[in-house]
Amino acid sequence: MADVLPREVLICTIARLLDGVRHVAVGASSPIPAAGAMLLRAMKEADGTVGPRISILGSVEHNFFTNGSAELFDCAGQGRIDAFFLGGGQIDGLGNVNLVGTGDYPRSSVRWPGSFGSAYLYFVVPRVILFREEHTPRVFVEKVDFISAPGVSPEGVFRSGGPVALLTGKGLFRFDKTRPGFELESVHPGHDLAEIKQATGFQFAHDAEPRQTQLPDRPTLDLLRGRVFDELAETYPEFAAQMRRELGAVDA
Amino acid sequence: MLSEPRAMAKHIEPGMRVALPVDYAGVSMAMTRPIIEHGAGDLDLVCVPTGGLQVDQLIGAGLVRTVETSAVSLGEAGGAPRFNAAVKEGAVRLKDATCPAIHAGLVAAQKGSPFMPLRGLIGTDLLRHRDDWRVIDNPLADGGDPIVLIPAIKPDVTIFHVPMADRFGNVWIGRRRELAAMAYASHTVFVTVERIVEENLLADEMSAAGVLPALYVTAVARAPKGAWPYGLWGEYPADSAEIARYAKAARTADGFSAYMAQAQMEPA
Repeated sequence: MADVLPREVLICTIARLLDGVRHVAVGASSPIPAAGAMLLRAMKEADGTVGPRISILGSVEHNFFTNGSAELFDCAGQGRIDAFFLGGGQIDGLGNVNLVGTGDYPRSSVRWPGSFGSAYLYFVVPRVILFREEHTPRVFVEKVDFISAPGVSPEGVFRSGGPVALLTGKGLFRFDKTRPGFELESVHPGHDLAEIKQATGFQFAHDAEPRQTQLPDRPTLDLLRGRVFDELAETYPEFAAQMRRELGAVDA
Repeated sequence: MLSEPRAMAKHIEPGMRVALPVDYAGVSMAMTRPIIEHGAGDLDLVCVPTGGLQVDQLIGAGLVRTVETSAVSLGEAGGAPRFNAAVKEGAVRLKDATCPAIHAGLVAAQKGSPFMPLRGLIGTDLLRHRDDWRVIDNPLADGGDPIVLIPAIKPDVTIFHVPMADRFGNVWIGRRRELAAMAYASHTVFVTVERIVEENLLADEMSAAGVLPALYVTAVARAPKGAWPYGLWGEYPADSAEIARYAKAARTADGFSAYMAQAQMEPA
């Protein structure tokens, strides 16, 4: 049987971060967050309980909205969406996210697509998970060049949501909004604290010897490699096929 | 009411504010070339709530003065090359927004109200760069509680593509309600469709709920595969190979011109 692939660790970590949510929304090209949400649903159903409702934007199969693209935001504004994922060209140590570009706005030296719904959803979705596989100093900067969405807000500003965690290809951080800042919670297999420090442009709290990210048990892996990859293939066929090829290669 | 794309494009005048839908909602790519040929420039585009291929091509053709949008990209084919180049050169003015702010501006116009309040946004650089957005203290609270006011967005023209219209000008939009929001807010609405049906779409309760009535529609033109290379809901998938081909070609201004000059623009 194959070892656990790095992306399987990410998917299983996302499922743990989502535990307890009733409704999670996933962006259009986000196969790993979608897989994490689907895994949580499969685990809950295997336990005989009800899993989360999953809305995948841009999908016909996994999208319940009938009021156009405004409905997701209306839904979130009323507190009907418990969790959402945000990436970012840059993310800084205060949880600020930049989806617009580097250099001086508006004539950005590198322009990214834009802020999408982040400047709203980050304020009103209680459990926002920052997810970016690439863990390098160009992504995790001391201060973002443009704030698409701020990690924290001053007292008196309406804010029912915000970041709770940052998951990267190297580790998992928790966000402490009282400091505010990130704390390294665990390190993925094959990585270590020194490497993460070198790859992170902002200061973060950590234990002297951080623990390893929890690995999935056998039943969880079986669910993931069976039912979840089947479900995932409906919306992200190429990603599901690639995961299965990698598993096959490890097996062989 | 029945028209054709070139005739509709002639109504676009320099300096008009033009609303265009997100790539999966029904983009009238069939109108892109007629608009470019007609050549009215200084357009202020409103992307509802994001833009893609059509926006990139109008920018590449030099017709765009302002882009109000939550994002512009070619999705899986990557960044929008002409948009990105225009940003770098300072050739277009940006009104960076967030999706619900675009929707809020349209809803304000739909209701004939001057603005809509919207949560979020406070502390963002989006707000800092938008001199048309205002922050007030919630007048219904006991004090404090700042909130952003988004002014009504009233496009001169809205352009989109859907599967069908009837011969009375009623247009089937299904669950793509943002198309209705755009139409309610706009002075003029041009729609291209895959087909025009004989029966009145308002006669059947099942179809009537998904209909934008002719009241809001200025003209309709038949344009089979009119969203290509984008897909159209319920009809055909996106032609991702063609979008990728454009993304590669349009990396340079010359490559963009060569692409646009090809007969390949018509549906394969």
